Amino acid sequence: MPTEVNNIEELAIKDYKYGFETDIETDTIPKGLNEDIIRTISAKKNEPEWMLEWRLKAYRHFITLKEDPRWANITFPKIDFQDIIYYAAPKQKPVLDSLDEVDPELLRTFEKLGISLQEQKRLTGVAVDAVFDSVSVTTTFKEELSKLGIIFCSMSEAIKEHPELVKKYLGSVVPYTDNYFATLNSAVFSDGSFCYIPKGVRCPMELSTYFRINTSGTGQFERTLLIADEGGYVSYLEGCTAPVRDENQLHAAVVELVALDNATIKYSTVQNWYPGDIHGKGGVYNFVTKRGACRGVNSKITWTQVETGSAITWKYPSCILQGDNSIGEFYSVAVTNNRQQADTGTKMIHLGKNTRSTIVSKGISAGRGNNSYRGLVRVHKKASNARNFTQCDSLLIGDKCGAHTFPYIEVANPTAKVEHEATTSKIGEDQLFYLRQRGISQEDAINMIVNGYCKEVFRELPMEFAVEAQKLLSISLEGSVG
Amino acid sequence: MEKTKSKDWYLSSFKAIQESLNGSASLTTNGKSATPFHDIRKQAIARFEKIDFPTTKNEDWKYTNIAPILNYNFTPVAGAEVSAADIEKFLIPNLKTSLIVLLNGNFSPKLSKIHLESNGVRIESFRNLLRIEPDFILEHFAKYAQLENGFVAFNTAFADDGAVIYVPDNTIIDNCIHILNVITAEAENILSQPRNLIVAGRNSKIKIIEGYHSISENVSLTNVVNEIIIGESAEVELYRIQNENLNSFHINRTQAEQKKGSVFTHYSVSLGGRIMRNDTNTVLDDENCTANLYGLYLTEDSQHIDNHTLIDHAKPHCQSNELYKGVLNDNSRGVFNGKVFVRKDAQKTNAYQSNKAILLSNEALVDTKPQLEIYADDVKCSHGAAIGQLDEDALFYLRTRGIGKEEARTVLIRAFANDIFETIENEALHDYLNNLVFAKLK
Repeated sequence: MPTEVNNIEELAIKDYKYGFETDIETDTIPKGLNEDIIRTISAKKNEPEWMLEWRLKAYRHFITLKEDPRWANITFPKIDFQDIIYYAAPKQKPVLDSLDEVDPELLRTFEKLGISLQEQKRLTGVAVDAVFDSVSVTTTFKEELSKLGIIFCSMSEAIKEHPELVKKYLGSVVPYTDNYFATLNSAVFSDGSFCYIPKGVRCPMELSTYFRINTSGTGQFERTLLIADEGGYVSYLEGCTAPVRDENQLHAAVVELVALDNATIKYSTVQNWYPGDIHGKGGVYNFVTKRGACRGVNSKITWTQVETGSAITWKYPSCILQGDNSIGEFYSVAVTNNRQQADTGTKMIHLGKNTRSTIVSKGISAGRGNNSYRGLVRVHKKASNARNFTQCDSLLIGDKCGAHTFPYIEVANPTAKVEHEATTSKIGEDQLFYLRQRGISQEDAINMIVNGYCKEVFRELPMEFAVEAQKLLSISLEGSVG
Repeated sequence: MEKTKSKDWYLSSFKAIQESLNGSASLTTNGKSATPFHDIRKQAIARFEKIDFPTTKNEDWKYTNIAPILNYNFTPVAGAEVSAADIEKFLIPNLKTSLIVLLNGNFSPKLSKIHLESNGVRIESFRNLLRIEPDFILEHFAKYAQLENGFVAFNTAFADDGAVIYVPDNTIIDNCIHILNVITAEAENILSQPRNLIVAGRNSKIKIIEGYHSISENVSLTNVVNEIIIGESAEVELYRIQNENLNSFHINRTQAEQKKGSVFTHYSVSLGGRIMRNDTNTVLDDENCTANLYGLYLTEDSQHIDNHTLIDHAKPHCQSNELYKGVLNDNSRGVFNGKVFVRKDAQKTNAYQSNKAILLSNEALVDTKPQLEIYADDVKCSHGAAIGQLDEDALFYLRTRGIGKEEARTVLIRAFANDIFETIENEALHDYLNNLVFAKLK
């Protein structure tokens, strides 16, 4: 056995392949956080007065908050919020008419990342909004989508072009007072994606946002707002990477989803921020607030996430099941290797009648990683016939990692049916033996078992993403296997 | 008259009684206490002064608001007089026991009937033993139940009487030992703080029943701490029956420490009390230990029952089983928090936990948090929690056989609750518990 263990340790270290830095001219503002900075951000983006007011309201609330929340099962040093650049944008011509005008360096970056900004990628049928540092660089397929009445653009554009929608929905799911990082985001958010699916429209392609932190010392604070009007359907993907840096970078995003009557939203994330090196140096702090409101009857929101990156992941994509018969789903694979920490899970708040929720969470801990599932299932008094099924499994690889579950179940209605199951185990010796005996190498065998373990989540991902997720998983775990 | 703040009230009553407390007959002039035992008490009161009673801001007390307890100033009552007939109804029929009676937390030599089956066995009053053999108490007292919450510190500071059971190595005690706690009708707002110590030697075997009852409907507070040390290959079974009146408050901390190959089996039956909280913790401190924690709570009215368990797998090759069930009626509230902790070295751990609750009314509420914290990799741990109502199909099946709706419901609830007692071998005890549960379900 010892030889194999050595193998594992060696295997565990594989380079983060998205760690390159793009040499591109950026327009940054000074470090620090104060009212002037917020005014500067707002001015740079030519925002209307009401938006600035909203930001300032959030900022004034932010300064009343004492400190960042520490209740999660993660540890990190105090963050100096004055030492962060809150706005960095690639220098560019004011308006881009076509992709040709985009800085070629930038295009190369996204090409390296495998993002289909280019025309030839049209075949893959994914519309992309790419966010580089703080600003949305380009949005593809806009025209085609607009024929259907679908609005898919950057947040800044939406604020200017569709203020009535933004005013109506921004902060309606995650109010600016929601939590420390959501408040910070509300004050300083720089850009993000906006999407509106009109009544009865089924979005014909996958929509996607790609986030990239590039500039050193910046934080990324994007804000995504997605509205599916009555009977609308949309599947939305999100991917993230960052260059390798010794410092910790802060990513504090807010995502709000609103599903009206009979609407369906599928939101998938493959998060692969830089996780830091083997000693836990550097890496992204991923402190994200994601929440969806199933406002209408029969509405449905599905969160699928594959979390392999970030030094620290702190996120709880949640569903507020307001409409009768609405459905919330959460599928998650979270991997922690080396010194990564993750405290992630979901909240399912059952308010309407006959609401249903499903939670499938698969945690994988390797190296010295610590992985926690934290979830809340709350059935309110009036939510009769609510149904929840939760399964959270943890897989441990190596003896220095930890796996934890903190499920909270609160039921105030007797007709509710709530089930929770959790298991924690290591990879079965007999499963391994079976595969090895058939001539499959130790590492392939483990990959196979891990992939099988995550299958329930992967099959919820759109095709292209599922493949990427599987690859990511094997990279994240490489060498950690014993 | 304005009520004194609870903390201040108890702090001043500590000052008043510390001189009369046993173990510190007098304080010497330079302020030092006369005995090391009293030093522990003083540390505990200092700790209590610092941390106070828990609030819902404390994660461990998130779902249990103890504010109603602080509306009263509880006072200890010594020297209560109760006749044997008064406590007759609290005894377990057809069961041979050694009986220790604690009235308001004080040992009653008159009512207790202790049979020492073999040499070296001790079944004693805590106060008595502290007087004649303080070293024995000091060896274990406050060594296991940490003062992390205000109630434990409170009990430790006021520790004065209770039951001490010591079983020497290689000794098996056939009869159950019944620690019968009774709150008397003598006064209102009685404070009872028994402190029990159970030490089971190597290869010993012992069954203990811990009963809690009240004679009147008066408001009272019982705040009990049990410390249990289970020697190598010893087996300890503890049956905890909490059936005080519906106006009473009950806080309990049971802390077990298990040595190599030992087995700790704990049954907790919670029926009475307006607010009741159990903290049942065990540390599996050596290899091949087994811990079985079973619990049943039935609530009605506006009862609030909170069961917290902590199984600390500190060493490898241990196993734990946990099954808690609850039936909640009216506007009562149930809380279950089961924490399984597997430390770094505790490889080959098997831990199983299950929590099930049935809500019978629209107003009842249940909050459950099964929690696993695992730092070792070669483990098998699982937990399950289910909350629901009675199975419609089963109900229908019974009704098709001509069984009335109410009766069918009763049958199903009984069957649900009965599960917990299935593993009890002693027939008299099994029947007694079943009857108790059935009586409550009516």
